[in-house]
Amino acid sequence: MAVIVLDRAPTLTLTTRTVRRGRRAANTAATWVIGVLFILALVPLASLAWTAFSRGLARFDTDFLTNSMRGVVGAGGGALHAVLGTGLITGATIALSVPVGIAAAIYLVEYGRGAFARTVTFLVDVMTGIPSIVAGLFAYTVFSLVLGPGARSGLAGALALSLLMIPNVVRTSEEMLRLVPDDLREAAYALGTPKYRTIGKIVLPTAMSGIVSGVMIGVARIVGETAPLLLVAGYSDAMNYNLFSERMTTLPVFIYQQWKFKGTDVAAYDDRAWTAALMLIAFVLVLNLSSRLVARVFAPKTR
Amino acid sequence: MSTAIDITSLNAYYGSFQAVADVSLTIAPRSITAFIGPSGCGKSTLLRTLNRMHEVIPGARVTGSVSVDGEDVYATGVDPVLVRQRVGMVFQRPNPFPTMSIRDNVLAGVRLQRRRLSRHDGDDVVERSLRAAGLWDEVRDRLGKPGSSLSGGQQQRLCIARAIAIEPDVLLMDEPCSALDPISTLAIEDLMAGLRASYTVVIVTHNMAQAARISDKTAFFTIDGARKPGRLVEYDDTTTVFTSPSQQATADYVAGRFG
Ligand SMILES: Nc1ncnc2c1ncn2[C@@H]1O[C@H](COP(=O)(O)OP(=O)(O)OP(=O)(O)O)[C@@H](O)[C@H]1O
Ligand SMILES: [Mg+2]
Repeated sequence: MAVIVLDRAPTLTLTTRTVRRGRRAANTAATWVIGVLFILALVPLASLAWTAFSRGLARFDTDFLTNSMRGVVGAGGGALHAVLGTGLITGATIALSVPVGIAAAIYLVEYGRGAFARTVTFLVDVMTGIPSIVAGLFAYTVFSLVLGPGARSGLAGALALSLLMIPNVVRTSEEMLRLVPDDLREAAYALGTPKYRTIGKIVLPTAMSGIVSGVMIGVARIVGETAPLLLVAGYSDAMNYNLFSERMTTLPVFIYQQWKFKGTDVAAYDDRAWTAALMLIAFVLVLNLSSRLVARVFAPKTR
Repeated sequence: MSTAIDITSLNAYYGSFQAVADVSLTIAPRSITAFIGPSGCGKSTLLRTLNRMHEVIPGARVTGSVSVDGEDVYATGVDPVLVRQRVGMVFQRPNPFPTMSIRDNVLAGVRLQRRRLSRHDGDDVVERSLRAAGLWDEVRDRLGKPGSSLSGGQQQRLCIARAIAIEPDVLLMDEPCSALDPISTLAIEDLMAGLRASYTVVIVTHNMAQAARISDKTAFFTIDGARKPGRLVEYDDTTTVFTSPSQQATADYVAGRFG
C-alpha cells in the first residue's frame, strides 16, 4: 500500500486538488441554493406578519379590547367577547385533553403490553389524522343527542378541539416519558417504591418540562381552529361567560365573521378582522416563546 | 440489624433463556461477599434476584428460594416493595434523581415510602447517611444544589448515601466502582469497610484486587459457553479463593488465565 501511494503521490495530490476544488464549488453552490430557498420561504411569512401588523394596528386600541360587538353596526365595537371565548374554550380544551392525554401516555409507556396497547397506539395515530371539521361534527352529534338538536355551547367547541389536541398530547408525552432513563425507575424501585409512586414522583417530574412545552405547542395549534367551532360553538356578538350554554365566539371565528358578513362600512369590518388576526398571531407567538421558557424552568437543573 | 441471606437452588431466566443455574449459597450477616466471574456469567442477574429487582424486567422470572433473615422473599404474598426496603441496591452507573437536590436525593427513599419526617429528623438522616458514605465534608455547604452537579465518584457515593438512608439490612452493589477513577474507588472501598460493621454487603466486581482487599468471602461464577447459564464454581473465604482454590477454573481465573 505504502509503495503504491508513494508511486502515485503526484497524481494523487493533483486529483485530490481537483476533487477538492469540485467539492468546494458544489459546497458553495449548495449554500447559495439553500440560502435563496430559505429567503423565498421567508417572503410569505414576512409579508403576512407585516400585513397583519400594519393593517391590524388601525384598531388596536382600548375600545377594541374592552367592547364586544353587541349592538354595533359599522365602526366601533371590539373583540372582548372573542378574547373571553378563546380563553374559556382553550382552558376547557386543556382541562379535557391534558389529563386524558397524559394518562394515555403513561399507560402506553409504563403499563401497556400486547394487543390492547397496540390498539391504543393505532387509534391515537388515526386520531392524529382526523380533519378538524369531522371533530366538529362529532361534537355536534354528541351534544345534539344529549341536549337536543342544534344545541350550541362553548363546551361543545372544547370537546371538538380536545379531539384534535389529545393525540398531540399523547404523542409528545409518550416521547418525553420514553426519554426518562430506566436507570431512574430502577433506582426508585430499589429504594422500595411502589410503581405508581415511582411514576408520580420520579418519572413525571423528570419528563415534566418536555410535557409542558409540548402541551403549549399543542395549544398554539388548536387556538387557531375555526371550522369545528363554527359548527358547534356558533357565533355571538355578545359576552358569554357560561361554557355550558349558548353560543360562544373565539378569535378565529370572529375574524371569519368580520370578513364574511361585512356591513355597509366595509373598512370598519376589515380593520376589526385584521386586529383580531394580529392578536391571534401575537398570542401564538407568545405561546411558542413561553414554551421554551417553561421548558427551561421545569428542566432538571445541572448546576 | 443485619441479616443472613440463604440462596437455595436458584435459577433465573430471561424469557426462555436461563441466565443462572442452580445456585445455592449462604451469606453471613455483617460480612462483605464478592461475586466474581467472567462477563455474562450471571453475577448481576443473581444479585438482582436477592431484592426481587430481577422481575422488573419483562419476561424475567426466578425459581428456587432466597431467604433474608429466615424469611423466603419469594414466598407467595410477599410484597417485593417491602423486600426492597430491606435489601438496598447500588447500581453500576451512578443514577441520582436529576430533578432533586443533593439533600432531596438522600431523603428520596424515605419520602417515596411516605414515611413521615420532620425537618430536624431529615437533617439528621441527611448528615448521618452522607457521613456514612464519606461525602459529608464535600457537600455539606451545598446540599441544595442538584445531585447531578457532582462528579461521577461523588454521585456514586450520593447513591450509596441514598441507599443507606432507608436503613436496609442488606446492601447490594453491582460494580459500584467500574465508572470511577482510582481515588474515588479507594474512597468507596474505605467506606465499605465501615459499612461492614452494620450491613450485610454483597458486591459484584471485575477488579480481583478489589475483591481480595475488601471481601470476607468470594463466590466465583463461570459460564460454559455462549447462551449457557452461569453457575457457581467455588464459594469460600476470600483468602482461600485467591491463594489455594479447590477448583482449577478458579485458580486460572484469579490468576488471569482464561479458558
Ligand atoms: N435484560 C435482559 N434480557 C435478556 N437477557 C439478559 C438481560 N440482562 C442480561 N441478560 C443475559 O443474561 C446473562 C447474564 O447477564 P448478567 O448481566 O447477569 O451478567 P454479568 O455476570 O453481570 O456480566 P457483566 O460482568 O458483564 O456485568 C447474559 O447472557 C446476558 O446476555
Ligand atoms: Mg453485570
